[in-house]
Amino acid sequence: MSAAPARLPTPLILSAPAALLFGALILTPLVLTALLSFNEFEHATGRTHGFTVAHYASVLSDSYYLEIFLRTFRVAALATAICVVIGVPEAYILSRMRNPWRSVFLLVVLAPLLVSVVVRAFGWSMLLGPEGPVNAALMALGFGRMRLLYSEGTVIVALVHVMLPFMVIPVWTSLQKLDPAVEQAALSFGASRATAIVRVVAPQILPGILSGSLIVFGLSASAFAIPGLLGGRRLKMVATIVYDQYLSDLNWPMGAAVAVLLLAANLIVMLTYHRVVEGHYRRRLG
Amino acid sequence: MSFLELQDITKSYGTLNAVSDVTLSVEKGEFVSLLGPSGCGKTTTLQMIAGFVEPTSGTIRLDGRDITHAKANSRGLGIVFQSYALFPHMTVFDNVCFGLEMQRVPKGERRPRVEEALELVHLAAYAGRYPRELSGGQRQRVALARAIVIRPPVLLLDEPLSNLDAKLREAMQFELRDIQRKVGTTTVMVTHDQAEAFSISDRVVVMESGRITQIDQPYRIYEHPETEFISRFVGKTNLLPGTVQAVNDRAATVSLGGVPVEIDAGALVRGDTVTLCIRPEKLRLTGSGLGRLPGRVAERYFLGSQWLYHIDGPLGTLMAVTPNDGSAPLDTGEPVGLDWTPSVVRVHRGRLAEAPDPTLEAH
Amino acid sequence: MTRNGPIALIFHSLVVLFMLAPLAIVCLVAFTPENTLSLPTRGLSLRWFEAVFRHPDFVQSFWNSLWLALLSATLAVVLAVPAALAITRWEFRGRGFLNALFLSPLIIPHLVLGVAMLRLFALVGATGSFGWLVAAHIVIVTPYVMRLLIAAITGFDRSVEQAAYSLGASEATVFRRVTLPMILPGVTGGWLIAFINSFDELTMSIFITSPSTVTLPVRMYMYATESIDPMMAAVSAIIVGITAVAVLLLDRVYGLDRILVGQH
Ligand SMILES: Nc1ncnc2c1ncn2[C@@H]1O[C@H](COP(=O)(O)OP(=O)(O)OP(=O)(O)O)[C@@H](O)[C@H]1O
Ligand SMILES: [Mg+2]
Repeated sequence: MSAAPARLPTPLILSAPAALLFGALILTPLVLTALLSFNEFEHATGRTHGFTVAHYASVLSDSYYLEIFLRTFRVAALATAICVVIGVPEAYILSRMRNPWRSVFLLVVLAPLLVSVVVRAFGWSMLLGPEGPVNAALMALGFGRMRLLYSEGTVIVALVHVMLPFMVIPVWTSLQKLDPAVEQAALSFGASRATAIVRVVAPQILPGILSGSLIVFGLSASAFAIPGLLGGRRLKMVATIVYDQYLSDLNWPMGAAVAVLLLAANLIVMLTYHRVVEGHYRRRLG
Repeated sequence: MSFLELQDITKSYGTLNAVSDVTLSVEKGEFVSLLGPSGCGKTTTLQMIAGFVEPTSGTIRLDGRDITHAKANSRGLGIVFQSYALFPHMTVFDNVCFGLEMQRVPKGERRPRVEEALELVHLAAYAGRYPRELSGGQRQRVALARAIVIRPPVLLLDEPLSNLDAKLREAMQFELRDIQRKVGTTTVMVTHDQAEAFSISDRVVVMESGRITQIDQPYRIYEHPETEFISRFVGKTNLLPGTVQAVNDRAATVSLGGVPVEIDAGALVRGDTVTLCIRPEKLRLTGSGLGRLPGRVAERYFLGSQWLYHIDGPLGTLMAVTPNDGSAPLDTGEPVGLDWTPSVVRVHRGRLAEAPDPTLEAH
Repeated sequence: MTRNGPIALIFHSLVVLFMLAPLAIVCLVAFTPENTLSLPTRGLSLRWFEAVFRHPDFVQSFWNSLWLALLSATLAVVLAVPAALAITRWEFRGRGFLNALFLSPLIIPHLVLGVAMLRLFALVGATGSFGWLVAAHIVIVTPYVMRLLIAAITGFDRSVEQAAYSLGASEATVFRRVTLPMILPGVTGGWLIAFINSFDELTMSIFITSPSTVTLPVRMYMYATESIDPMMAAVSAIIVGITAVAVLLLDRVYGLDRILVGQH
């Protein structure tokens, strides 16, 4: 109850081990990486030294990098949009199911989240491969064999598969908080089912949709395994060029600059969300 | 010297004084209730006795020993929490046994003592159950057994019955008192239910915004509330502002908005501003034209054992309660007379402040 | 509660099909008797599972991943319990910062964490060390444990602990006999979700593993980029199986919807 003032306070002692570990393995490496991104890189020797903003300059001006950033942005935005279109109605349908179906299907939709993303990417590469069932179906329908792999479309489809649970979860959570009587009240005033959903349900789950969209967008923009396995060598995204810079070209400062930009973009999006959306909706929806 | 003594106890949270200058002596074996509206500092007071909150100033003595800064786990007091605070992962038996284990009671002694305690609260058959398998009243009794099994010098109860429905609450009140008599433990109970405080306490301590306003036997608190706040908080009452018009050695006349009313004199002088309090059950309804004041039944409410009337008259609307003796009640609109004995009128000096509905505040 | 209409149910079936199809196909292909990735149309065979167990790289990576996940989940719990208690039970300077720090791995892309750790490990000469790999995994799975623990601790009634104190229990006894048992579902749930996340982690690990510490997801990623044969499907099927067991366990001890809802 009363601690001697000279002693280190109990909460600091309790959190010290974790704090030290996080300081050593989160803060220090991030700072080191930020510093590294300003080092010059000698291609001949692989040494890094000095100070330069050349890496940032070339990322922000070189059309090769710009195209990759643009593609990453486009793919992530499309995956997010599709997740909204599929995830929101699915969450709504799930919330209107009765147990035990509700629990079972919630499990079916969410549990893939826990299966390694490599497995899921591999699954998609088989589904969409030249001998896969999707192509077999297309052939049977008379469309002929199509080259589905290594395209933006495939990457997006697989990303949607990986990200859909992240959209369903927050929407489901806000639906759980929603009082079913409110929708019934709207119906009792003579609103059609569609009107009730648009005017009464949608505004209340909007914060859930927004937070789901942000998570999906952030994770898609930094996704590595899906573009790595399904995008092939040509379809580069931000995460895969960081990987190449680090492990093939060994140009660490360049890779660090791209990584820092990726992190900054992520943090800006998340923090903006917190300020704008949460502040606004907290007030309106308590 | 009293058994449990609180002297000038104050607890501040920043600028807020949750409890101010509380001084209270509890005798050995006594049952004392802390009564007051929500937020008045009852729980804080109890928690200071228990040792979970440290007083900002003041001393607490138990049996002559200063325990103001003693640790909670060294005081050995029995506590029953409002939420019962049973250990959800232990059976009823283990819950009750926990305190004995902590006190290093020899193994062989534990079982009979736990069984004795469970016997006392009529739960001997439930020893093997988990708290979630019990009803609210049963949980409450486990909490009580757990507190008394360690034979604490003082038993502290924080709104022990407030989670129970009305019927069970009443039954438990008597049972609680019964058990307390049998065990003879000095008991301090917190409640904001006056009926509960009155029915089982030896003395009641009324608190208002962190301070004690009256300590007395239940009957005296009801009949002789020392402040107008207490008369409003404790039971229903009719409050009538007025001015003293004339005083002689036996009686005084108070003008209530022009209507003269006789009361017992007290120490009043002419011109004093006063508030008269008359309990509704002290008002007698007489035939029209009789009594001290005329009136007309505005509303009537059936309370089961009683009828509550709102009577319109020259003093505004007054409440009157009559026992339901089986005869037909008065009808609304019926003219009546109001009568009372001057000695039942309580006088408080000064005008009442904005008077919120006392019945609302009490709950 | 109103029923879902037929359109809703068709939509729902398509979503379920979409979610399960890639998992179903790897499990089916794993049983193929052929030499190529194909559906087992001519009977089932376990030959590719046998191949996995005879493949020293996969076997070693499996053990690496298992040890890594066991160690990092356990140590994450050991670190997170006191830290979560500190954050939920005390008001102190730096509390908000610590809370944000402990949850930060959830919003920092694992790719960024991977390159950052690679840089640190290179500087301190720890590249390829299993111990440092464990430390890195502790960092990324701690937030999951932390979140469940914070929910568990704030969710329970302090007066239960006060009751134990009033009965004479010491602080250590209260923690051991009352607090810990009451937050145990949070602890075990947190451990399991940490285990799964560590076992599955690819993006960070790919930067900081060495040939001797390669984890199963990293091995699979490498394997999948180089060759395609049904062995990959067999490993995948094994992982799906392990995950399914873990999911059922999780559902038992904590409730899967409770754990996932709130996971980001
Ligand atoms: N830890 C705390 N920090 C700040 N203020 C507090 C704290 N605990 C209590 N208070 C304040 O002290 C006052 C008294 O609180 P207390 O809990 O003693 O009231 P109470 O009489 O038990 O009320 P109730 O009948 O509602 O339980 C309240 O105004 C409350 O807000
Ligand atoms: Mg209270």
